[in-house]
Amino acid sequence: MRAYATGDNGKIRPIVRSVHFAAESRCSGEAVKILVPLKQVADPDHYARIRLSADATEIDDRGLERKPNPFDEYALETALRLCEDGRNPRQRLGEVVAITLGPQSADSVLRSAMATGADRALRVNCTDEQIDGRIVAKVIADIARKESVDLIVLGKQTVDGDSNEVAQRVGALLDYPQACFCAAILEQPDGALHVEQEFDGGVRRLALTLPAVVSVDLRIVSPNSVRSHHTPTSHAYPPGVRFASLPSIMQSKRKPLTVIELAHCITDCSLALEYRQFRLPKPRGESRRVTTATELVELLSTEAKVL
Amino acid sequence: MSPSKRVQNVLVLLECDSGGELLKSSLCAVTFAKDLCGAQNSEFFLCLMSSSSAEARATACHLGARQVLLLEQEPDEALLAENLAPNLRQLSQERGIRLLLSAATSFGKDILPRVSALLDCAYIGDCCGIAVEGENLEFLRPIYAGNATASCIVHTDNAVLTVRHSEFAPAVSNCPTPSEVEIIHGTERTIASNRVKWLGFDSIDSKRPTLTDARVIVSGGRALSSQFLTVLGPLADCLDAAIGATRAACDSGYAPSDFQVGQTGKVVAPDLYIAIGISGAVQHVAGMRSSRVVVAINSDPDAPIFSFADYYLVGDLFKLVPELVGALRAHGPAGTH
Repeated sequence: MRAYATGDNGKIRPIVRSVHFAAESRCSGEAVKILVPLKQVADPDHYARIRLSADATEIDDRGLERKPNPFDEYALETALRLCEDGRNPRQRLGEVVAITLGPQSADSVLRSAMATGADRALRVNCTDEQIDGRIVAKVIADIARKESVDLIVLGKQTVDGDSNEVAQRVGALLDYPQACFCAAILEQPDGALHVEQEFDGGVRRLALTLPAVVSVDLRIVSPNSVRSHHTPTSHAYPPGVRFASLPSIMQSKRKPLTVIELAHCITDCSLALEYRQFRLPKPRGESRRVTTATELVELLSTEAKVL
Repeated sequence: MSPSKRVQNVLVLLECDSGGELLKSSLCAVTFAKDLCGAQNSEFFLCLMSSSSAEARATACHLGARQVLLLEQEPDEALLAENLAPNLRQLSQERGIRLLLSAATSFGKDILPRVSALLDCAYIGDCCGIAVEGENLEFLRPIYAGNATASCIVHTDNAVLTVRHSEFAPAVSNCPTPSEVEIIHGTERTIASNRVKWLGFDSIDSKRPTLTDARVIVSGGRALSSQFLTVLGPLADCLDAAIGATRAACDSGYAPSDFQVGQTGKVVAPDLYIAIGISGAVQHVAGMRSSRVVVAINSDPDAPIFSFADYYLVGDLFKLVPELVGALRAHGPAGTH
C-alpha cells in the first residue's frame, strides 16, 4: 500500500493516512520491499578541518564537500544485492526505496541512490536543527509502516554524529527483530535472513524472520557477504559498492522523488537531545623524533615511564 | 524532571564474557555512574545476567550499589535486544530509574538504543563525561570522529546512555557492606522476540590481552601486508600488548576485523600505543587519540600520525620493528617497571 502519490509539481498528495502495521510475516518467494535511509554528511576525510562558530554553539563544516554517509552507501549496496540475482544486477526483483531527512540540498543523495539502482525516493523536508535520533527513528518507522516494507537497511552509524542508534530505535518502534553491525546477510530459500554481526571478540550469528531491521558494518560489501535467494552461492560480487552508469544516471532523473513535510510523519516534533555547545580537542604536546630503537626504549623507560 | 536537572536512580547494565566473568569496560561504566551519583547525591543500581559467574556477582555486590538486580533468562536469548530491551524498560519504569547506562561495547550499543525508543527518551552514545552548568547537567560526547566534543542537554524525563569506557578507570570492588541482591524474572516477550533466533557466537581466541584491557597496544597498517602478524607478533609478545590494526589493514584481509581501532572500530586509550606503518587518517586517530603515550614508526617523514605521536622513528619498519624488539629484550622483560 502506497501512502503517497507525487503530484505534477513534485508536491506530495497524501492518499491514505491510516497507520498500517505490517505484522504478518512475508510469504517466501514474494518480491521483497526494502527501505534504505541515507544521510548527506561533510567529507569525513577532512574532519580535522572543522571549526566552531565564535560562540561555540555551531560546527562550521562549510568548506567540506557533501557526500553520502559511507555506511549508508553500504546499506544501499546491501539492499540492491538482496533484491536481485547477482548474475543480472540490472533487473530488480524487488523494490528499493531511498529516503532522507533534510532540506532541498539533500535531494542529491537521493538522486545518486536512484542512479545507483534505487527505484524511487522520499525526502522528509526539515533542517538539521529540527531533528535528533529519536525523531529520525520515528519518521523512518512511520514511513516503513505506511509503505509496508519487509526490511529496513541502515548504515550502523553516521560518520558526523557517530551515534549508532537509529536502527535499534526503529526496531523497537515497529517491534521488528534487529541485527546491528552486520558483516553478512544471506537470504534463505524460506525468506529468512541469516546474518553475521561484528561483535566485540567475535562474530554473532542470528536468523531473522521478516519484517526486520538491520544495520551494516564495513565488511558487508565483501564479494560473498550479501546474497538474495535468487543469487547462486557460487556468485562473487566485485568488492565494494557499485557505481552508477551514465545511462542509469539519465534514467534516474525520471524516477519519482517525493517530498513530504516532517509534520506529516510525526505529531510531536520536540527534541529529546539538544546540542548546546561544542569544543575542539586539545592539541597533543610536542612530537619528538628519535633516531634509533635503543634511544626510543630509553626515552619510554626514563622519560615517559611506560616500560 | 529531566535528567539534565537532577539525576535520581541510575541503573548500570553490567556485561560478562562468555565465561561469565565481569568485563573491565562495565567496571569503567560503574565509575561513571558513581561520579554522577556523587555529584548529585543519589544512588545507583546494578543489573547483571543470571549467567554471570559467582565471582562476577561477588564483585558486583561490593561496588557500592543500593541493589544488584539479577536478571533470570535463558543465557543466549538473554543477550538479544528483542528480549532484554523490554525487560530493561519494565525494570526502569518499576524502579523509577531516570538514567540507564552501560559501557559502549557492541553489546551496549546493540541493546540500549532499543530501550531508549521503548522509553521514548533521549539516547546519548559514547558519553565521555558530564558537566554541571548551574541547574543543568550536560552530557559530553565526541562527534565528527573525535574532532569535536558536544555538550548536550536532555529534554525527556529519562535518558539512556552508553559510556565511552576508555575514558574512565575501572571501579574497585571494595565496599565492605555487600549490596542486597534481588532476582528479577525476565518475562517480557514481544512479537520481535519470536522472529529472531540465536544461531551462535564464533569467538576469536587469543592468548593476548584484548584491545579494551591492554596497557600497551601495538597497531599496524596496510604497509605490513601479509607480514602483519610476523612483524607485530614478537613486539606484542615482549610488551604483553594487544594487537590493533587500521581499517585498511582489516579491509585488505591482513588483520581480523576485530582488531580494528578507529571511529568505526574500537576506541582505546592505553598507556602506550605504538603505531606501525600507520599514516594517521582521521578515521584511525579517532580510535586512539586518548592514548597516554603514542609512538609512531613510518617510512614517510610527512605522515600525519607523527603530529599525534610523542616519539617517532622514520624509516623502514621491517628493519626498525625487529630492532625495537631487540632493544626491548636488552632493556629487560616486560612489566619490570
